Amino acid sequence: MSEVQLELEILRYDPEKDQEPHFKTYQVACREEWMILDAVNHVKDEVDTTLSYRWSCHMAVCGSCGMMIDGQPKLACKAAVKDYADKKVRIEPLANFPIERDLVVVQDDFMEKLKRVKPYIIRKEEKPIEEGEYKQSPADLKRFKQFTLCINCLCCYAACPEYALTPEFVGPAALALAHRYNADSRDQGLAERHKEISKPEGVWDCSFTDTCSIACPKHVDPASALQQLKITTTVQWYKELIGMGDK
Amino acid sequence: MELIKTDIAIVGAGGAGLRTAIAVAESNPDLKVALISKVYPMRSHTCAAEGGAAGVIKPDDSLELHFNDTVGGGDWLTDQDVVEYFVNEAPKELLQLEHWGCPWSREPNGSVGVRPFGGMKIKRTWFAADKSGFHILHTLFQTSLKCPTIERFDEFFSIDLLMADGRCQGVVAMEMKSGRLFQFQAKAVVLCSGGAGRMFPFSTNGAIKTGDGTAMAYRAGVPTKDMEFVQYHPTGLLATGILLTEGCRGEGGVLRNKDGYRYLQDYGMGPETPLGEPVLKTMELGPRDRLSQAFWHEQQKGNTIPTPWGDSTHLDMTHLGEKHIDERLPLVRELSIIYAGVDPVKEPVPIRPVVHYMMGGIHTNIDAETPVSGLFAVGECACASLNGANRLGSNSLTELLVFGKRAAKNAVEFARKQNSEANESELKEQADKAQAKVRELVQKSGGTESIAGLRSEMAKSLEEGAGIYRTEETLQQTCNTIADLRKRYAGIELHDKSNVFNTDLFQALELGNMLELAQTVAEGALARKESRGSHQRLDYEARDDEQYLKHTLASYQGEEAPRIDYHDVVITKSQPGVRDYSGGAK
Ligand SMILES: Cc1cc2nc3c(=O)[nH]c(=O)nc-3n(C[C@H](O)[C@H](O)[C@H](O)COP(=O)(O)OP(=O)(O)OC[C@H]3O[C@@H](n4cnc5c(N)ncnc54)[C@H](O)[C@@H]3O)c2cc1C
Ligand code: SF4
Ligand code: SF4
Ligand code: FES
Repeated sequence: MSEVQLELEILRYDPEKDQEPHFKTYQVACREEWMILDAVNHVKDEVDTTLSYRWSCHMAVCGSCGMMIDGQPKLACKAAVKDYADKKVRIEPLANFPIERDLVVVQDDFMEKLKRVKPYIIRKEEKPIEEGEYKQSPADLKRFKQFTLCINCLCCYAACPEYALTPEFVGPAALALAHRYNADSRDQGLAERHKEISKPEGVWDCSFTDTCSIACPKHVDPASALQQLKITTTVQWYKELIGMGDK
Repeated sequence: MELIKTDIAIVGAGGAGLRTAIAVAESNPDLKVALISKVYPMRSHTCAAEGGAAGVIKPDDSLELHFNDTVGGGDWLTDQDVVEYFVNEAPKELLQLEHWGCPWSREPNGSVGVRPFGGMKIKRTWFAADKSGFHILHTLFQTSLKCPTIERFDEFFSIDLLMADGRCQGVVAMEMKSGRLFQFQAKAVVLCSGGAGRMFPFSTNGAIKTGDGTAMAYRAGVPTKDMEFVQYHPTGLLATGILLTEGCRGEGGVLRNKDGYRYLQDYGMGPETPLGEPVLKTMELGPRDRLSQAFWHEQQKGNTIPTPWGDSTHLDMTHLGEKHIDERLPLVRELSIIYAGVDPVKEPVPIRPVVHYMMGGIHTNIDAETPVSGLFAVGECACASLNGANRLGSNSLTELLVFGKRAAKNAVEFARKQNSEANESELKEQADKAQAKVRELVQKSGGTESIAGLRSEMAKSLEEGAGIYRTEETLQQTCNTIADLRKRYAGIELHDKSNVFNTDLFQALELGNMLELAQTVAEGALARKESRGSHQRLDYEARDDEQYLKHTLASYQGEEAPRIDYHDVVITKSQPGVRDYSGGAK
């Protein structure tokens, strides 16, 4: 097995003792098949056990390990060391979020926004379980399926220029999820969600730069969700205006 | 120390914890729920489940068939009352998820689709492409957001249970961002803390699966049950151990040795089935224990392929075609390309068996109760004896739902009967003890042992002694090693003294939990002198129903090895028989 030599410059910050965040450098001899996460784990296990960061699945599905790698928001478990071979690589916490410690960022803001868009099926009347499933054709499913794939890794928030400017902006992942439910044939909650989405810090803050979709490691394409959401929001706004606003 | 008073405290916010919490909240809006998790709910390892969840829904299927598959698949170490309840409730729970928005894959007519799974006689596994657990977890988490009585304590690390007056009255947990300890006083506690596959070196389990809740219950006097039954999944990616779901074989993928030969036919799972026409309960659709054991035999015969990451065979899906793979197994394709550099559309993927699931866990019954009153457990941390000696793939996701709901009902009933006040002084004393334990761990200096060092010695020893095949000698060696590691654990020193997100500390606590559980695995396996399901002894090759048609209970004895006792298996209608996975099996 060949090796890849990496110089990791990792941002360190412990609010209990550091005035300011600073970088610390680690030389890591990586196995060729490693991801950046493996290199960081190596540092944690063998070199400096005081390093803090989040990770769990090591398969790009739990959404824990989002960090800035060479200035780009990425999942550390999906970024191959080969792509950074023999380079100096900066590892920083996700941009646009307050640092809790080292590579760990404070996520409360996102958790609160997620809840605000009511990401669950809303119905006027529930169908009893005994009556079986709601029928949903593969075509119906396809209309929202892509937007169910979000792992809440927050890479898109770190990439979003509007979120950087306006922290109140509900942001790509939460809005994409609102759209996911609006577009689900089982849901009747569009009008309720509309109240949140049509606020100034809702969908209208998005300037459609697309950087969220480029950053997304799961190909969710939140920018396209937001674009579609703007259309439904406009239609809903108009319907409410003429007194027909319901789904 | 902060004090939080609640009605039901739930430790763990994966599939099991969320289902339990929603069930309490929906029918008991007057009760408070504290949902405590060391990671944000959607990071829980339920997210990694790929293949799907089993439940009878199609007209050609029956509850009886699901019952038989599960009992036989578990080599008759299942409790049959539990299995019966489970198969009955399974379809309702999966439909409930459908109503909550789970994006199940569909048939052209709009009904939910089902796929074949190992050891199942009929197609009955509901799936959402190959991201089923991910979708189940996110559907549950998102649905939980509409329940106002669920108060979440995300990134709170549970340390120990609080016991007083003979019942469980709460739990101590640390707020990870501040290092502050919280005493949660509750009328009932439900543990939903997941499995412990991280005890082993090569595993499909995420870093968080360290058996914390199981160890907490064990220390509090609840025996573990059947811990020696550890499931190896036959198809893990080399190097990382990332899982390639059984759905690969359900869709028609086949296993080949170094000569391209489909070796399963040599191990009682033949005759060979035609390519692209998988037959249920045959060849690649045999159960996981058998497939992993077949690999081991091929390795002994020199029919495997040596690689830098260990010996391997091939999972060949090339005949399925790009379109089918992209539709049914998109994640498998992506994972293989990213983590192994192999595109399954074009080439067979090198794989080897990998530790996947703990059949054993906290001793619970059909009511999700532990022997300690006020304490319940659900999901992979628990052992309700649904899975026996070998879990059938896709039963466990459903288990989280069925028993989450049941635990909620029973925990609520229990909580409503508690009129007596919490035993404040006793609880405080215990909470202080937990605090002292943590403080000592952080402040101690002069130790020479490292967490990573002990962890890898433990993992290596378990793999060597308590792997796919076991013997008296290797097991004894592992028992000795683990006992020694437990002593050496006292010699670790933490370099991180911070109160803020101190992962050095959490890893130390996790290691302590895993070492305790590793001992129950090895000691249970040493004592079980027979071969059954995933527990295979080279020195006792046959199943021995006379002596060992029993559950192993391991009870905590402080620094000593656990005490091993046995507990009867519940048999209602299926007497132990032969597990037949050869073509014509009925
Ligand atoms: C890769 C993979 C694929 C799988 N595929 C399938 C499949 O297709 N079908 C199937 O049926 N099963 C499958 N399984 C098995 C199944 O997914 C798991 O058994 C199940 O998801 C476990 O759910 P859980 O809720 O019990 O635990 P988890 O989802 O692991 O959640 C555990 C929870 O406990 C919390 N916790 C743990 N310790 C502490 C602590 N000290 N303090 C506070 N909180 C704590 C965690 O934060 C987490 O929230 C798969 C498993 C794996 C690993
Ligand atoms: S498209 Fe909108 S949400 Fe996405 S990065 Fe641009 S401004 Fe942000
Ligand atoms: S939309 Fe993509 S980048 Fe944003 S949180 Fe979801 S998965 Fe991550
Ligand atoms: S560790 Fe789970 S997404 Fe990277």
